[in-house]
Amino acid sequence: MIALVDYGAGNLTSVKKALACVGAHVFVPAHPDDLASADAVIVPGVGHFGATRALDAAWINRVLQMVGEGRPLLGICLGMQWLFEGSDEAPEVRGLGILSGTCYRLGAKARSATDTIKIPHVGWNSIAIERDAPIVAGVPAGAQMYFTHSYVVPTTADTIAVSDHGEPFAAVVQHGQVAGVQFHPEKSGDVGLTILRNFVALAG
Amino acid sequence: MLSKRIIACLDVRDGHVVKGVNFEDLQSAGDPASLARRYNAEGIDELVILDITATLETRRALADTIRAVACELFIPLAVGGGIRTESDAAAAVEAGADKVSVNTAALAQPDLITALAERYGSQAVVVAIDAKREGGAFRVYARSGKTPADRDAIEWAAEAESRGAGEILLTSIDRDGTKRGFDCALTSAVSSAVSIPVIASGGAGTLDHFVEVFTSGRADAALAASIFHFAETSVRALKYHLRQRGIPVRV
Repeated sequence: MIALVDYGAGNLTSVKKALACVGAHVFVPAHPDDLASADAVIVPGVGHFGATRALDAAWINRVLQMVGEGRPLLGICLGMQWLFEGSDEAPEVRGLGILSGTCYRLGAKARSATDTIKIPHVGWNSIAIERDAPIVAGVPAGAQMYFTHSYVVPTTADTIAVSDHGEPFAAVVQHGQVAGVQFHPEKSGDVGLTILRNFVALAG
Repeated sequence: MLSKRIIACLDVRDGHVVKGVNFEDLQSAGDPASLARRYNAEGIDELVILDITATLETRRALADTIRAVACELFIPLAVGGGIRTESDAAAAVEAGADKVSVNTAALAQPDLITALAERYGSQAVVVAIDAKREGGAFRVYARSGKTPADRDAIEWAAEAESRGAGEILLTSIDRDGTKRGFDCALTSAVSSAVSIPVIASGGAGTLDHFVEVFTSGRADAALAASIFHFAETSVRALKYHLRQRGIPVRV
């Protein structure tokens, strides 16, 4: 069973439908202790980093414990940003901190002032896979994914794939059993379902 | 590079996709789920379901339509038409909509934009603007283009953004249904005035109309209905045409 964490940010319905489509069994834990029975965890989400405030110390401790036991964790969009230490979007809110660095606003490092780059970054954009990882197995070169966000995670040694919107940014990260995607695999057509299937396979 | 999006609009009445001229001569274009399936197979980037009657009785039918489409398609889905309250929006989101589009209700009660953005995030809030040329300016119309509002389209788009809208769906009343091309001057003026994406609508008749709206019109996305429904143009052929002209699209 995969635990799908509901913290009031984002369309859980879409993620649930997509997971059902790839044959995953999903439940929504009412309490952090309910994670004990999960084989893997998915933290979905969309919107403002401040919404992750609902994922308090009790959730953080339980999720860290699961990861410590080698159970897979996937963060989607805002859920991916939450895997890091925090975000400029809500500096007072602490992230899970399992990946290092702080999320920042796109455009903060734009190449030139003449770039007409719209923020938020909304729509289909291609990703470039920089190194192989189980989460991107079977994803074709130049695949396009559906994004909707204004903030991005820092590019680190855990970056698997990048995208570009005025500046390059991390689109997929993986560190051991912990993975994150900045786009919405539940809204990225067949190739999005491939990514979810890869995660479900990690969960065993 | 971010692709320009091609969006298909399904005007739905009583569970069927319809399309007419001036809402007079409605022609059935089929079942929403099967049309959605066809567009998805052809590579559509996003779907909009518009409830064109939007009465209480059809609201339930609409939720069934949303559910039927959202269950098998994993691309963004926006729903509009008659969304007046937070609970109307909630019903659409619960049925599987990723975005809700508000028009008349947002004009009457601009706080609705903020309320929806706070509840679902700005990415889920599309403000639809129907605009008509009047004396060198673009005037906003409410109630499916029937009632003039005391608003300038460019100013209203900027206000909608500041209130929390995540996208603007901009329809030219002058061009809608004419197949004479998008109103690129209108689209460009609005697109330059806001930093959120602008979806151009109204007037698509040829493949080159899309090229124009993505270049001189500065649109981020373009929406069309009948050009796709009656298979005058396939989504695939359109994207191939755009790509040949150097416009980034998802193929």
